[in-house]
Amino acid sequence: MADRISFTLNDRPVELTDVSPMTTLLDWLRERRGLKGTKEGCAEGDCGACTVVLEHADGRREAMNACIALVGQMDGQAIRTVEGLRGKEGGPHPVQLAMAEADATQCGFCTPGFVMSAYAFASGGEHADPHVVHEALAGNLCRCTGYRPIVEAMAKVAGLAPEPVSAAAPRTASAAFDGVFFAPRSLAELVALRAAHPEALLLAGGTDLGLLASRARKPPEAVVHVAHVPELTAVVDGEDELTLGAAVPYAQAIPVLAAAFPAVRSYLGRLGSRQIRTLGTIGGNIGTASPIGDMPPVLLALETRLTLVSRRGTRELPLEDFFLDYRKTALAPDEVIQSLTMPRLWPGEHFFCDKVSKRRDQDISTVAGAYRVRIRDGRIEDARLAFGGMAATPRRARAAEAALLKDGFAAAAEALRRDFQPIDDWRGTAGYRLQVAANLLRRLELRLADPAQPLEVEAL
Amino acid sequence: MTVAMTAPAAVHVSHRHDSALKHVTGQAVYIDDMPEPAGTLHAALILSPVAAGRLRALDLAAVSAAPDVVAVLGPADIPGRNDVAAVGQNEPLFAVDQVSYAGQPLALVVARTLDAARHAAERAGIDIEPAEPVLDIETALARQDYVQAPSTLRRGDPEQALKAAPHRLSAAFTVGGQEHFYLEGQIAFALPGEDGDIVVHSSTQHPTEVQHICARLLGCDFNRITAVVRRLGGGFGGKESNASWVAGAAALAAHHTGHPVKLRLPREIDMIATGKRHPFHYRYTVGFDDDGRVLALDAVLAADAGWSLDLTPGVMARALTHADNAYWIPHFCAVGYACRTNKQSNTAFRGFGGPQGVVLMEDAIDRIAHQLGRDPDAVRALNFYGDGQDETPYGQKVEQNHLPRVWAEIRRDAGIERRRAEIAAFNRTSKVLKRGLGLFPLKFGISFNIPHMNQAGALVHVYTDGSIRLNHGGTEMGQGLFIKVAQVVAEVFKVDIGRIRPSATSTAEVPNTSPTAASTGSDLNGWAAYEAASTIRQRMVAFAAEQFGVAASDIEFADGTVRIAKPGSNQVMSFGELARLCYLGRVSLSATGYYRTPRIHWDGAAMRGRPFFYYSFGAAAAEVAIDTLTGESRVLRADLVQDCGASLNPAIDLGQIEGAFVQGQGWFTCEELWWDAKGRLRTAGPSTYKIPGSRDVPPVFNVKLLENAPNREATIFRSKAVGEPPLMLATAVWTALKDAIAATCDHRIAVRLDAPATPEHILAAIAKLKA
Repeated sequence: MADRISFTLNDRPVELTDVSPMTTLLDWLRERRGLKGTKEGCAEGDCGACTVVLEHADGRREAMNACIALVGQMDGQAIRTVEGLRGKEGGPHPVQLAMAEADATQCGFCTPGFVMSAYAFASGGEHADPHVVHEALAGNLCRCTGYRPIVEAMAKVAGLAPEPVSAAAPRTASAAFDGVFFAPRSLAELVALRAAHPEALLLAGGTDLGLLASRARKPPEAVVHVAHVPELTAVVDGEDELTLGAAVPYAQAIPVLAAAFPAVRSYLGRLGSRQIRTLGTIGGNIGTASPIGDMPPVLLALETRLTLVSRRGTRELPLEDFFLDYRKTALAPDEVIQSLTMPRLWPGEHFFCDKVSKRRDQDISTVAGAYRVRIRDGRIEDARLAFGGMAATPRRARAAEAALLKDGFAAAAEALRRDFQPIDDWRGTAGYRLQVAANLLRRLELRLADPAQPLEVEAL
Repeated sequence: MTVAMTAPAAVHVSHRHDSALKHVTGQAVYIDDMPEPAGTLHAALILSPVAAGRLRALDLAAVSAAPDVVAVLGPADIPGRNDVAAVGQNEPLFAVDQVSYAGQPLALVVARTLDAARHAAERAGIDIEPAEPVLDIETALARQDYVQAPSTLRRGDPEQALKAAPHRLSAAFTVGGQEHFYLEGQIAFALPGEDGDIVVHSSTQHPTEVQHICARLLGCDFNRITAVVRRLGGGFGGKESNASWVAGAAALAAHHTGHPVKLRLPREIDMIATGKRHPFHYRYTVGFDDDGRVLALDAVLAADAGWSLDLTPGVMARALTHADNAYWIPHFCAVGYACRTNKQSNTAFRGFGGPQGVVLMEDAIDRIAHQLGRDPDAVRALNFYGDGQDETPYGQKVEQNHLPRVWAEIRRDAGIERRRAEIAAFNRTSKVLKRGLGLFPLKFGISFNIPHMNQAGALVHVYTDGSIRLNHGGTEMGQGLFIKVAQVVAEVFKVDIGRIRPSATSTAEVPNTSPTAASTGSDLNGWAAYEAASTIRQRMVAFAAEQFGVAASDIEFADGTVRIAKPGSNQVMSFGELARLCYLGRVSLSATGYYRTPRIHWDGAAMRGRPFFYYSFGAAAAEVAIDTLTGESRVLRADLVQDCGASLNPAIDLGQIEGAFVQGQGWFTCEELWWDAKGRLRTAGPSTYKIPGSRDVPPVFNVKLLENAPNREATIFRSKAVGEPPLMLATAVWTALKDAIAATCDHRIAVRLDAPATPEHILAAIAKLKA
């Protein structure tokens, strides 16, 4: 089987030959295709100079980072780069003109990335509400302008008249590129490949794994790409429970999660950037088992269960039993995370989550906390408190939970010292982390007492 | 110098950046976008993983043997001098014997592909006998290890005046460094030619220094090296001295291999190898009277210079000459220590020591006001330079003093009195969130502190179709210099701006240039281009006067045409027609222009003189909110007024002001550099080093150019420099944060807030008040 990676680029079909599927999309665009408008600013998906747009058959357009995406992931997709934007008369596109006319460019190096983020925003029918504009721009850094003119240009192009998306030819059958990039289309094939290629890394969105190719310049030898397996991309919005396939990208998971747990909306709006949320998946955030991932505290507090699948069958595992140690999990070498299931909130249950970082947007948390508490007759009956950034793995604060039920919030804050011995690093000292985690419980107490009062600077 | 005769049409108006459409369409070419000739090779650096120690051995055999490697170059392969120092000496391109910081270049790998070069670089066998690194200012101060002798700026008798002062207070604080984070990383592309000539495309603010460093490394005449710069993807000072060694390494590789060689530093390498803004530590004692009038200052400013001199002398001189900021201080002593540490060699960064200078008195005044229980804004205004109190400690008079004006305007426009009351009311009831307001006045000196650097050249060609090619020594890094200088030339010839074609800066076109730095780009190059264009215009006028038998005063340039007023019959021709006639009449249509800044002089040893052609003024008011549970903060509003003289291009200047302010806000708040105990920089990418994002910009952001304030000094069309001064306006954010923190204890205790004011530092400052 000699499958070839094929996708649509700027409305034209492309079939790759003599290109490793582990090549980053950015390298391929610049070095092989000669399209130099898309830039490398950081090669870690944080600056947005490499932003391109994915176009979906349903008319959605999503920004993504070309620097950390592998060309193998692009198979069957439709991609637009800054060179693929055209106005009606063949001149610059209205988004490009708006940026130029607003004096939104200075050195210009970040500009194509901003243009593509603006294009995805403008064609999505969103309003130019400042909060939304900032969310749409969170994945793009500019060091020259101070952003004001860029934000102004965004307001001008909001609600752009719909433009036809370029047609992609999605692949329906499984594919294997160069014998190292496996892209199964069924669960049976996925688990068979997983068993047959234990050396291969599981690739979901690649927002972490892609760094091997982009920054370390050492792409994985082999990957199994899980993004096209129906069982892993399904969302089951059940009456009592919510089940998300492990490969559901954040962009699609967030509306579902936010409907069930409203507090996650603003929290997940700060997870990575739109570019990251286009490709990144919740299963990936669990699978990499980072101590500072944003999802695990939320999922731990929500009492999430994982469904793990292998040729041997499926098993369920509470998420808190999944994280064993720093970057170590209970996933067997032949297993794949299929889905995550979390119970909905019952009457009397409240859920909140917090993230503290140096920058509001697109930063990795210094401390993240998530809390589900059940209150009856003004008394806290049950509490699940989970934190990230406090230990080698995301963890529940069991001592604090017990203290909260027994002696209240002040005792819970004090008990955190028994739960966690955090480390010093560039995101914060151990002392700061402990203090903030304790103070976040104070914030929770205040929130429960009066949900309307402003408790974050963002509320002013 | 001639003066334009009709009202200006091309200057004092907003023109869009000349590359804007290319930026938005992705067609603007940066060095990494240039077509690569066949045979182009790629280079990667081998860096020291250790911050301090003796380099016992560097085994490069495995590097040479790696696939596709063409050359591996170390100190022994440098035919000239292994020294890339900008102003000092003994700053080697590749370390010899001694390593001085983690990230110091040791050697260069050249390979057929970029990946081959980077992979091979990892195979170096580096044997270093580690020593204990010095990683902070205090340790270096205790060891008295400095990169240059301490310098003192002194006036009067501060010791006696402090003794006699009715009040005294002492304090200390620290500000951190700052990574430039230009979006385009350091890059150079060296193309060898005949006889060892090399053309180096460099993302540099200082093409002439690139030329010099390449020649020094290769041991050749300057005329063998041509440095070319079309545009930079951001500079901010980070590509003043640091770009030179990157270009030098590429040129060395081109010299050895005979192939074009590109050296592009990946972000992480860029951040760990190159210098940053100098962190400073301050200790001071200030004496004052009952009203808060400052009588004397005795201060120590200790900079973290990093491992070598680099541009530290200039940074320290500017810090000391800006430690007075806007204030008359009769008895003054500021001593600057440039401490040697085992870190990246700190370098130019927008403001160049100015930001580190002006913060000192802002801290002092807040403390004075607190001690006396007075309004800090009033104490500021009380101490402004004014009549009879207008001489700086280094002896320059503060002329055209706009301080009272910018202060009054900012207080009025920002509604300070009303908002102070509102904020106090808010803070009385809000327990978790506190708000604060901070004002800041600015006086900033314009000119390079080193007088000889204040010169510039330009080259203008008029072609026979009337189109004009413009070249000058300034580099375009996004700041809009090319459009501003083009406006000047359009003004001289009275032609449409579209007729002017700015061209890549090149040492082959305009030689012996100064860096595009110190905010002087348009001041210097604008005048040089004016001179070049005026020379041609005068020749054209003289020719036309003779040809048509009229007086020179009967010839008028306007709207792309030339009118020749003759009795009875006026003749009008296009500018291009006259150019063609000049050519036929054998009149040269090409000229150079040269400018040197008048009235400046400086005795660096005595720290006396008139180093600045003029001062730029500004004022800012910032309002912030802090979360006393997490230390998180947010800037809610900023009002700025910035003196740009008679702005050449208000839209471009507005962009400079806004961008500089946000960059300064980043320095004061979220941008934190963090080295581990071994001296390795661990915030070496945007995932760990956080510059402001769009949400961090104040949601209410009112920016105004000071109106009707033409420069009384003879600057180009009476404009003023704008690149650096507004960065310092962000000091208001720091002051506001201190105000908000003080609100947690009802302003009973004066606040020490070290910058950057990260959530952790803010929470720590709050905790200290409670202790």
